[in-house]
Amino acid sequence: MELFTNQVLAGIATGAIYACMALAVVMIYQAIDHLNFAQGEMAMFSTFISWQLMQWGIPYWAAFVITLALSFVGGIAIERILFKPLAKAPVLTNVAGFIALFAIINSSAGLIWDFTIKQYPTPFGSSPFLGSQLISTHQAGMIGVTVLLLLGLYFFFQYTKIGLAMRAAASVPESARLVGINTSWMIALGWGMASAIGAIAGMLIAPVVFLEPNMMGGVLIYGFAAAVLGGLTSPFGAVVGGFLVGVFENLAGTYIPGVGNELKLPIALALIISVLVVKPAGLFGRQIVKRV
Amino acid sequence: MSAAEEVVAEGHQAVEAVPKRAMTLGTGTSLLVLAVLLIVPVFVKNFIIFQMTMLLIYGLAVLALNILTGGSGQFSLGQSAFYAVGAYTSAVLMEYFNVNYALTIPISAVVCFGFGYLFGKPALRLSGVYLALATFALATAMPQLLKLNFLEHWTGGVQGLVVTKPDAPFGLPMSQDTWLYYFSLAVVLAIYIFSVNLLRSRSGRAFMAIRDNEIAASSMGVNVALYKTLAFGVSAGITGVAGSLGAIAVQFVAPDSYTITLAISLFLGMVVGGVGWLPGSFVGAAFIIFVPNMAEGISKGLSGAVFGVLLFAVIYLVPHGARQIAIMGQQLVGRLRKN
Repeated sequence: MELFTNQVLAGIATGAIYACMALAVVMIYQAIDHLNFAQGEMAMFSTFISWQLMQWGIPYWAAFVITLALSFVGGIAIERILFKPLAKAPVLTNVAGFIALFAIINSSAGLIWDFTIKQYPTPFGSSPFLGSQLISTHQAGMIGVTVLLLLGLYFFFQYTKIGLAMRAAASVPESARLVGINTSWMIALGWGMASAIGAIAGMLIAPVVFLEPNMMGGVLIYGFAAAVLGGLTSPFGAVVGGFLVGVFENLAGTYIPGVGNELKLPIALALIISVLVVKPAGLFGRQIVKRV
Repeated sequence: MSAAEEVVAEGHQAVEAVPKRAMTLGTGTSLLVLAVLLIVPVFVKNFIIFQMTMLLIYGLAVLALNILTGGSGQFSLGQSAFYAVGAYTSAVLMEYFNVNYALTIPISAVVCFGFGYLFGKPALRLSGVYLALATFALATAMPQLLKLNFLEHWTGGVQGLVVTKPDAPFGLPMSQDTWLYYFSLAVVLAIYIFSVNLLRSRSGRAFMAIRDNEIAASSMGVNVALYKTLAFGVSAGITGVAGSLGAIAVQFVAPDSYTITLAISLFLGMVVGGVGWLPGSFVGAAFIIFVPNMAEGISKGLSGAVFGVLLFAVIYLVPHGARQIAIMGQQLVGRLRKN
């Protein structure tokens, strides 16, 4: 029993990483209706910027805020320059665009900061949390930040005018335009926010997985899985999905015989797909009613 | 906006009926390309012949994805798994059972058809991004499954298997590479003709009806579940043949040659060639084989970025892929004829 609780706790700790990433994925999905395959690379690039700022002697929190601002502007710039011209192109062409963006960011980061693994500081410290060996203060901090972020987003979307405008633009663009919402800029804003959330995720994850251009590969896959499991229309679902995936993955690795580190990912994905077969819109997703 | 451009804009995934005169133009071009493909190996070096063989093989794999996505509207990131199954089927049959290489190809087509058909069953419940995730899971799982201990006896584990390259039969005076090239060309041609006819048949029309509107299709009496799984099966079968040919051409199979990267490349090939336009598959295959090499030639450190920029350039200029160029060409010829 103790093994079980320990594994669940450890799963929740890694789940926080996936939850953060899943939140960024859902944000952009809400704004543009596509899964952004370059999301992880954007987060990685932001994290490198913050690392560079700290190398130049700027304290952690100042670097944190500057990076958020830069990521926000960067996300908007990517949308305006690269993806706005593709707005009318077929969906699959857009997906190819994301893959191209992935390649560009990954390779530029490799050239600027090279592929050696770098240490990344944590603002929370890494001593055991409340005397538990399994969960460090950093991981506890990470869970805390994820929950705060979720609450913040909830209030933003539910109680601010601009949040409402963004939701309207995403769900019924034509009607939103008729009531005077600039839907094109709402999409750009969505990119900016997703990029900033991704930056937060990257900066929280970096102390755990270490900083290098390929750090996000695995995390993004779990992030996608978490977002899809929770339901792509629900930020809350994304966070719950993130924690569930973390726990799934740990328990599968512990209890199913013959499952080493190698098979953890396929098993977690298989489990998610079996959930989706029963609930095709994800656990908390809205069933989208299509007009025939 | 001219008429042909409208066709592109409306039916971006459609495989429409082509007007009669365009048909003759298309047939003429196809025959010309075929003639070039037949003659070129006489004049070039073995390495280039090998690359052309790979072009045909990847073209075949992209074609398979095109039938699935462009034809029946189902998205797949799992093609690398079917490719791997085909490659391993051939390799194992050739190395352990001494089956003739040419015989392994229909066998792996059947094996992969079954595999794809069975995979298509649970995937029926999923569509869009959810289907993408399911197929993605298949693609990430496949290399790990091939490394499993109890399969290692057959698959050779991480080391993989070495495949012997066949000699030209009947004492024909040509190198192994040249023979394999002509062999692949024959197989690819046969499957290409099969695919074109499939999409024009009753089943092909059923695929397209499902792609355009599932509910309308089912109310017209199309058995949606059957045709969706069938599309998966056919696509997997053709991908398996490509995998077999690939294993024979490369003379080596190993789990890490069939990762998700391969599936992503095939997907890019389909987009660059034009979704739903079968001849475009080979243009797309050329893109995914040669452009990464070119990018490496331009800048070693930034090869990924150069590749990304080139890809962006292509999708900006022709968002509908090579097909858009073909339609523009067709229009141009039409205008010239009128004058």
